[in-house]
Amino acid sequence: MEEEELVQKKMMFVMRKAPHGTIYSYEGLEVVLITAAYDQDISMAFIDDGVFVLKNDQDTTGIGIKGFMKTYFALEDYEVEKLYACNESLAERGLKKEDLIDVNIQFMNRSEIAKLMEEQEVLFPF
Amino acid sequence: MLFTVNKSPFTTNNLSSCLEFAGDKDPILLYEDAVLGAQQGSKIESTLKTAMQKNPIYALKEDLDARGIKNIIAGIQVITYDGFVDLVEKHKVNPWL
Repeated sequence: MEEEELVQKKMMFVMRKAPHGTIYSYEGLEVVLITAAYDQDISMAFIDDGVFVLKNDQDTTGIGIKGFMKTYFALEDYEVEKLYACNESLAERGLKKEDLIDVNIQFMNRSEIAKLMEEQEVLFPF
Repeated sequence: MLFTVNKSPFTTNNLSSCLEFAGDKDPILLYEDAVLGAQQGSKIESTLKTAMQKNPIYALKEDLDARGIKNIIAGIQVITYDGFVDLVEKHKVNPWL
């Protein structure tokens, strides 16, 4: 049987929702992990309420759900290394860089993230 | 009447709208994603501070913890699920979904 050639695409996951209140950010992370298995050029942009996904000290025991923060520390092992957080979104929400989890995050302005969006072949909204 | 708000104030105007309807001294409870508004230093802070002159504002501890929100605007009262039940017993509930 002929081996199928793997097509690599530049894809960005646009995380715009807060965690826990809806399932979007959790599902987004799941899809990132699945997609990473196919050797794609993946980036994640955390904008608007999506910046809350990266907030440190999240403890979900009180609301009785598992929480998925630990997975972010494993993203590097999946070669998902391009995490962008929006400076303006953070400031509007009273968050500073040091309020976020200790993973390699690149901080960018809206205009820079918009430029990166232009360069993508596929954009996934979560 | 107790107003309960569960959506992020950064993505919907539910909080502002609820504040327009709330009467003098009506308690407002923030839970689920609405607790994000309790974070100090955000663009929502002034709205909540103004509201607190008229309405007591509560935020649910379990939802704050889940989201790692620790620097809470002064004056917001943090309550647990038990406190939520107490409020519901004392007031008619107007869920602002």
